[in-house]
Amino acid sequence: MKIAVCVSNVPDTATKIKIAAGGKEIDKTGVTFIVNPYDEFAIEEAVKTKEKFGGETVVISVGDDPNKEIMRKALAMGIDSGVLLKTSETLDSNGVATLLAEEIKSGDYDIVFMGKQSVDFDSSTTGQLTAQKAGFNCVSVCVSLEFDGNNITAEREIEGGREVVKTTLPAVITAQKGLNEPRYPNLKGIMEAKRKPLAEKPLSAPAPLVEVVELSLPPAKAAGKILGSDASAVPELVRLLREEAKVI
Amino acid sequence: MNFELTEEQLMIQQTAREFAEEKIAPTAVERDLKEEFPHEIIKELGELGFMGMMVSPDWGGAGLDTVSYALAMMEISKVDASVGVVMSVNNSLVCWGLEQYGSDFIKDKYLRPLAMGQKLGAFALSEPEAGSDATNQHTEAVKTDGGWSVNGIKNWITNGTTADYFLVMAQTNRELRHKGITTFLIEKGTPGFEHGKKEDKLGIRSSDTCSLTFTNTVVPEENIVWEEGKGFNFAMNTLNGGRIGIAAQAAGIAQASLDAAIKYSKTRKAFGTEIKNHQAIQFKLADMAVQVEAAKLLILEAAALKDAGKDYTTQAAMAKLYASKAAVDCALEAIQIHGGYGYVREYLVERYLRDAKITEIYEGTSEIQKVVIARNLLRG
Repeated sequence: MKIAVCVSNVPDTATKIKIAAGGKEIDKTGVTFIVNPYDEFAIEEAVKTKEKFGGETVVISVGDDPNKEIMRKALAMGIDSGVLLKTSETLDSNGVATLLAEEIKSGDYDIVFMGKQSVDFDSSTTGQLTAQKAGFNCVSVCVSLEFDGNNITAEREIEGGREVVKTTLPAVITAQKGLNEPRYPNLKGIMEAKRKPLAEKPLSAPAPLVEVVELSLPPAKAAGKILGSDASAVPELVRLLREEAKVI
Repeated sequence: MNFELTEEQLMIQQTAREFAEEKIAPTAVERDLKEEFPHEIIKELGELGFMGMMVSPDWGGAGLDTVSYALAMMEISKVDASVGVVMSVNNSLVCWGLEQYGSDFIKDKYLRPLAMGQKLGAFALSEPEAGSDATNQHTEAVKTDGGWSVNGIKNWITNGTTADYFLVMAQTNRELRHKGITTFLIEKGTPGFEHGKKEDKLGIRSSDTCSLTFTNTVVPEENIVWEEGKGFNFAMNTLNGGRIGIAAQAAGIAQASLDAAIKYSKTRKAFGTEIKNHQAIQFKLADMAVQVEAAKLLILEAAALKDAGKDYTTQAAMAKLYASKAAVDCALEAIQIHGGYGYVREYLVERYLRDAKITEIYEGTSEIQKVVIARNLLRG
């Protein structure tokens, strides 16, 4: 089986985000970039799938040199080789999906894993767009996966429950938390990662369909209110939850 | 001079940090309280390669440099110094010594499972009457049918109740004094070999420490490590590298103390403002940060010298002397910054102090480190 896993790098979730001058990008100074957490489930599933059925695993990422660092982590976790689709331009989801789909079509892949969304811009569309452009089937927000030859049975997380779906290879699977428990790269894996092939393909990005007009930070959290410490505070709490917070 | 870590060293540091935060931190408080050995954690660390980090892949190890080892030790000990010491003993005192001085028979039979984390090792030099004066060995081994018969008592043995393989120094020729000491590899369960009950310790309570007794314990000839009479050199050379591990453990505790103090000072208010705005707190934080940084630099220098194949004795002793003091000082200051909250278990910093103190005592007291440093200064 030929298996791809697509990864994106995102600011460490503990980072305090600042907006850069111009108001359309984040300020990347001093920001540590990590593997998008949902992509870690995708990497693990790719490695597990190869362990089960044999074949070859490739990590693919769209971006610039800093992406190599997170690709090395995927290699350390057991992926065989990497392809960096190199561009210094800022892309929208359509742009990323276009580049990924071209690589996937030309690489003769059977299955492609990626996170259900990247935790930076959260648009949750790259997997589905890539599948469409590559002519692959797609299961998104996947929490469980079984193969029977070319047939896949997958569980998806949906609002309030789970949905079981069937489809066939080739397919794009987008990973949700719960699909597996990502392994830590072992020390041998880390040392081997350096020697695994990581190819670069310079590409020009397609023109974005979506333009970022402005970025802003969410409003600062207001201080909490303490209404009391015993049962007498309950009526006022209920009133505020209903009338002010409008949550009940 | 280049202070940049390599991509691999950074990834090892990151992996150790994530493992420590996700797998070690959740149980650290309870294991300290109940004196529970971290069996599952040590097993997982072994599977990842952290129990034989510097051993060649030929013998089942990860084949890494001492710098990577020191970085990992700091990350693990930052979260739990008890796990740190178990890892340090297996890596620096047991695996390193066996790889340097063991026969191929010993490496194949004993080093390989130790380096792969399938077995755990212990190092037995100290005795009830031999601590800093380690030459004063009372444990004795005499030639007998089928090998050597060992008699004596060893004290303060880390991993004592849990280890599978023990490196035991014993006098094989009393007339030659320290040149008559030999190292034996003794397996757990060998007839006549028993361990005492676990010591009830001030700190590193999740690691186990006990005494060992040998009564006519017969050890085969091939389980001599290096050769007859080399036991004291074996112990000293091994402890030399061990100092880097313990210094890194201490630096981890110091860093944890600083991190806790910074976090608390940003939330706790006094006199109408967060205490971080008071100069008294700022000065403490600055002093702690300098100690942490200086300790790390000394440790990495010693590790880099060792990796370059140069003499690192002085730097390793300096690193251990300085880092262990930094650990105690920083833990004390972290408690002071926390006030009453620092004196109770809920806020972790009291454990940092309890864990820190041992680093000034084991694998050579601070006084012994000064003797080592001064001896090298005055040589020639």
